[in-house]
Order: sequence, then structure tokens, then C-alpha cells
Amino acid sequence: MAKPLVATGFFTGCFGCHMSFLDIDERIIDLVELIEFDKSPINDIKEFTRPVDIGIIEGGVSNEENVEFLREFRKHCKILIAIGSCAITGGVPSMRNTVPLKECLEEAYLNGPTIQNDGIIPNDPDIPTMLDKVYPCHEVVKIDYFLPGCPPSADTLWAALVALLQGKEVALPYELVKYD
Amino acid sequence: MSQDTVNIIIDGVEIQATAGQTILEAADAAGMYIPRLCHHPDLPPGGHCRVCTVKVNGRPASSCTFPVSEGLVIENDTDEINAQRRRIIEMLFVEGNHYCPSCEAGGNCELQALGYRLGMLAPTLPYLRVKRELDATHKDVYIDRDRCVLCGRCVRASSVVDKKDAFGFENRGIKKRLSVDAVHGLGETAVSAADKAAQVCPTGCLTVKRVGYATPVGRRKYDKTPIGAEIEKKTAKV
Ligand code: SF4
Ligand code: SF4
Ligand code: SF4
Ligand code: FES
Repeated sequence: MAKPLVATGFFTGCFGCHMSFLDIDERIIDLVELIEFDKSPINDIKEFTRPVDIGIIEGGVSNEENVEFLREFRKHCKILIAIGSCAITGGVPSMRNTVPLKECLEEAYLNGPTIQNDGIIPNDPDIPTMLDKVYPCHEVVKIDYFLPGCPPSADTLWAALVALLQGKEVALPYELVKYD
Repeated sequence: MSQDTVNIIIDGVEIQATAGQTILEAADAAGMYIPRLCHHPDLPPGGHCRVCTVKVNGRPASSCTFPVSEGLVIENDTDEINAQRRRIIEMLFVEGNHYCPSCEAGGNCELQALGYRLGMLAPTLPYLRVKRELDATHKDVYIDRDRCVLCGRCVRASSVVDKKDAFGFENRGIKKRLSVDAVHGLGETAVSAADKAAQVCPTGCLTVKRVGYATPVGRRKYDKTPIGAEIEKKTAKV
């Protein structure tokens, strides 16, 4: 039987959730036996070419590219999991949500204390357009499971993934669910 | 059995309470935990948050304000009531701006702890994202209104214990906010870090400065032990 396919995606976060995933230590050897990675920054596969069993998302949604890729994940993954505060609440990047986007950009590129000479707000077609706010993933597509934490611990990610691979409901012990 | 004793039933368990107690106090004494947020054992009950709602003879009531009387039949730990409690906690999360990863209260916060105990993995309601004012005008205590759950503990403590009446609420409904009795902020009030008001906030809103992050992750109050376990432990030993 073919191994279940797992894809991971990285949006508006700090990569800490992926680092936590890699923090499963020697269990990574078991992981290679259990699953095959599809699209993921871990193996640098950039495009979906087939349906995937489990998609794991780190980071919130702050620009048009995030929206597009998150929709791609939803389309290709049977089960979609949001991991970490950024994916679940917007997290630290969403601290900008109570300030209008225009003010944020002006502060960063025109008026901030580190601006030398005249600043300019970047407007290159290659840079994805920013959204008015940073959104949690579940405000953009349907999410099937949430694993909170900043980041969720390696034990949390491992326990949830193993349960899902065995076709069980994810029931985490008390100390593995944290919002920070 | 003294005349003051009244018999009540909570979740099918008969317990003896004392006349004059609230349902919540009687449950605590019997080692049965009723989730609560605005209630604090050293302060008069507020009845604001409704997290402590139970069914009394089939009708919802806040257990922190409801006095015991002979023969009350109370439902507490049921799926239906806990789902409603979880919904209240979710609403508090999306109404405020709770950045738990960077908050000093993390791990010791009663709002978080209720989320954990009631099984909230993520708030499923849309976030409000309203800008709220920070008040850092006081040299030893600050207010971060992003984290205020409007529980009124500080208001009651400042009035009843500290006798300063430094805090209150202004506006109504979704615009309701914590106010201080001064034009230019907390620094102008008589509040001090030693006040009861500065010790009772269930979240990271009213916070004493320069003491945060003292306990490492893993050893904070609710890292390994659910909120309410200290009450449930009382009977486990008997
Ligand atoms: S949740 Fe924390 S660790 Fe994960 S991406 Fe966000 S900031 Fe980084
Ligand atoms: S007050 Fe509690 S729930 Fe709010 S951000 Fe701080 S730790 Fe999180
Ligand atoms: S500052 Fe704290 S104690 Fe006061 S109302 Fe807000 S949450 Fe409650
Ligand atoms: S604890 Fe009873 S209403 Fe808040």
C-alpha cells in the first residue's frame, strides 16, 4: 500500500512551527516510514500534482498569494490542519490588524525612525498585494483540525499526526494543548 | 445536622450546604468545580460573565450569585452547559485582542485555562479586531485593554477592599470598556501595585510591571494542571 501523502505549507508565520515539526528528533526516522512528503518547504516541492491525504498549514493569511496557496491546499488535501497561533488567530503578525494598512506601510517605509532620505512604499508586480488585515486560515477556507501553540510542541504535532494516520480522532492530553 | 444545613443535588450527587452559601460556594466546599471567570473568592460576586451558569431545577442561573436552598437539583458538568461555556470563552477571545504568545499572563491566565479545560482548540467565531487603548501612565501597573474581559474584579476589589474606587466601566454593549477615575490615566489615581485590585485580574489586562515572564514555560500555574483541579482535589483526599 502506498504511504499516505502529507503536504505542508508556510504562510504568514516565522517558520517556527515547521522547526517544531522537525524537533520530533529520532521519530523523524519513523515518520519517513509512515508518510511521504508532497508539496512542502521541507523538500522544496512547489506544486501540487496529485491529491494529498493530510495538509498542514503554518501561518496566517496576509496577502493575495497566501489566499491563493491556501485555496490550493484546500483543493488538494483531504484533511487540512492549521497549526500554531499564526494560522489559528493571525498571531503576532495580526498585531497590525488594529492599525489601518496605509498607516502600517507609511510607518514602515516613509516615516519610521530608520528611514534614510525619502522612503518609498514598494509597489512591484512581483510582490503579492497585502490584505487589509491578517486573517486566520479558517476565515478563508474550511479547516478540519486545529493544533494551537507558538509553536505547538513536537509532541503535540507528533501525537496528532500519528492519530490521524491511524484513522483515529485527535484527542490530545491536557499538557499538549497551549495557546503560547 | 444543624438547622443551617440544606441538602442539594449537583450532577446527581447529594451534598450538604450551609444556608447563606451560593451554589458555587457550596460546590467548592464539596470539591465539585463549577467553571467561573468573574468570581473571585475574596470579593463579593459580580454575576457578569455567565461562565458559572448551571441549571437549577431545570432553569439556567449563575451559580456565583444563586443562594442554596433545601432540595435544589443542579446540573453542572453536562455537555450542553459546557458547550455554552466554551462559546462564552470563544466570544471573549474574538472580542478582545489576545496575542497569547507574547502575553505576560500566558500559562497563569484564567481565560486561557478555561479554554483548555473546556476544550477550545481555536475560537470559531470571526475576530472583531477593535483597537483598544493601552494605559501605561502608572509607574508600577499598566492596563492592556486588548486583554480585558470586563469581569469587574478590579472594580470590586478597588471599591470593597482598597476603598479607592479607582476603576469603573464606561459605555455599553460592545463599546463597554474599563475606565479609571482620572482624566489622564491610571498614573493619576491612588492605585498602587500592592492593592488588591492589582492582584485579582484573571487575564493579563491589569498587570504589575517588571514581574512578567518570571516562571519558565512548563512550570506556570496551568501548564500541567487544569483550572479547577485545586477544588476537585479537596474531596479526592477525603
Ligand atoms: S505560531 Fe509562533 S512559531 Fe508558529 S509561525 Fe507563528 S510565531 Fe512562528
Ligand atoms: S490575557 Fe490570557 S488569553 Fe489574553 S493574551 Fe494574555 S494569556 Fe492570552
Ligand atoms: S482589568 Fe482585569 S480584573 Fe479588571 S475588568 Fe478587566 S479583566 Fe477584569
Ligand atoms: S462567575 Fe458567575 S457570572 Fe461570572
